[in-house]
Amino acid sequence: MRIAVLIKQVPDSDCVKINEKDGTIIRDSAGNVINPLDLNALEEAVRLKELLTGTITTITMGPPQAEFALREAIALGADNAVLLCDPAFAGADTWATARTIVSFLKKDGPFDIILTGAKTTDGETGQVGPEVAALLDVPFATYVSRAEWQENSVTVYRSVEEGIQIQSLPFPCLLTVLSNLNETRMPTLAGKKKGRRYEINTLGLADLGLNRDEVGLSGSATRVCQIFHPKVTRETEFYMGKELENGIDRVISILREKGII
Amino acid sequence: MNNTAVNQPRQIESRSFFVIAENQDGCIHSSTLELIGKASELAAIRRAEVVTVIIGSKIKTPLDELFCYGADRVISIDNESLALFDPEVWTKILTFLVEKEKPEVVLAPATTTGRTVLPCLAAKLKTGLTADCTGLDIEESTGLLLQTRPAIGGNVMATIKTPNCRPQMATVRPKNFPLPKYKKRYGTIERPDVPGSFFESRIQNLGVKKLENTEKNIQDYDVVISGGMGLRKPENFDLLKELARLLDGAVGASRATVEAKWIDYSAQVGLSGKVVSPTIYIAAGISGAIQHLAGMQTSEIIIAINKDPGAPIFRVADISLCGDLFEIIPMLIERIRNERRGKSHDRHGL
Repeated sequence: MRIAVLIKQVPDSDCVKINEKDGTIIRDSAGNVINPLDLNALEEAVRLKELLTGTITTITMGPPQAEFALREAIALGADNAVLLCDPAFAGADTWATARTIVSFLKKDGPFDIILTGAKTTDGETGQVGPEVAALLDVPFATYVSRAEWQENSVTVYRSVEEGIQIQSLPFPCLLTVLSNLNETRMPTLAGKKKGRRYEINTLGLADLGLNRDEVGLSGSATRVCQIFHPKVTRETEFYMGKELENGIDRVISILREKGII
Repeated sequence: MNNTAVNQPRQIESRSFFVIAENQDGCIHSSTLELIGKASELAAIRRAEVVTVIIGSKIKTPLDELFCYGADRVISIDNESLALFDPEVWTKILTFLVEKEKPEVVLAPATTTGRTVLPCLAAKLKTGLTADCTGLDIEESTGLLLQTRPAIGGNVMATIKTPNCRPQMATVRPKNFPLPKYKKRYGTIERPDVPGSFFESRIQNLGVKKLENTEKNIQDYDVVISGGMGLRKPENFDLLKELARLLDGAVGASRATVEAKWIDYSAQVGLSGKVVSPTIYIAAGISGAIQHLAGMQTSEIIIAINKDPGAPIFRVADISLCGDLFEIIPMLIERIRNERRGKSHDRHGL
């Protein structure tokens, strides 16, 4: 069983900076973490490996410092870690990202199972997973909150607006997962040591056999043409202490105004 | 925007905007109508027609009504095997229709269905896709679709365009555009034949476990009352539930409380949970980390209750109640009860 886990390093803090010129995110190695839902994908891979035996290859596309995310993935139980890194990959939209990842998955594949988070906390598009599945032409399921693994297939429980949709997918397949799929574990001391010593396999444009115009900003179908900061703060009416009664009056009148009560 | 365009035949130069309908529980979801409304505004500028595509089985909503909301054409693919969503089947059907009709724009509500099938379709069509847009416009100089979406927890808005690839595709956040006005219009529903092989799939649908009415999706409520760690213990969510019952609202939660297993993940509001945009959002005992704000800051009225006067939640609130939630919420409950009683007295008086 060969399992691929697609992860992304995302900023942990609130202080994210944007490149005003091209609207792309400026990444800083400080305070970066593995995207939380990708940790659930990795955890599922580790459990799956325990269940069905196999190897876990974790893949990320990103700048050189994304290796720290991969080291953490090794510490958490991945066997192999691959960093897709090349200046030419910068500024990729989801479609160019998916193509770059797929070029590796094809080169190193086939993989039986591909797992990733349903969305990242920075871009929040949730598009790379389905796009990878489409390009590989494998069946896929999104928003998976429970998975029951069989020898050659998986039963998934998708959290959708109407409830839980249950589907069965044969291998190979791709799943994008939610946080209630499993409980992630902390790395062990031995794991951390393994992660530190692990030699990360870094692949660039030439290694993947890609052309410059297929990747990064030049390989993207979309262009960010404007970035702006919305005004999120509001003029608040502040009530405390003795004023609270008045505040509650205001709440009641708003509820009445809006036809709630 | 342009009402006359709806009444008079539009100048159509074989350009079209696709709107992919969202069905829930066998009915066309309101997010589809919102999108038809917005699409017809934009299509008028482009002199294009709005083509609504419905994929499903025995849809209960009368499809004729879609014309009244602004659709110029309605294409229905109705087949028993389409009762449950399957991204493989939907992608085959949509690829077929897009290749046939060559729309310049394809839009779908940013629901779990839209956000699953559109990336797959975009990849197959070798074009771009913008996720979860909250603004759509047409660029005057180029006629391109301007797709505006929040990023990084709503701290940044980005306007994106798809200059060279077609169609230009976007998923659009539900409850973001108003419902269009209903105007009696007529049209013929098109039911094109699609190859039988389209309905074959490697994915096997095993059914849907419907939500109980009590656990309806929190995104569908006009009032959401969320609790954070300030509730101190899981049982205290009962206080919020009581208030929610009175206001016919839903109970939401911060990530911390979900991680502490005080409440189910389905209630989580925020970056790694759901994005809600109700008329009234009440945050109780929530400090207001970016994680949470990203999921609720587009609510119409935000009421925050917190002990800490410096809590960031107050910066995004319209009404800030700084004090002990265990005093404030019971006071609110009491007042609302009185209000209700007063109202029923009034009615008796009449």
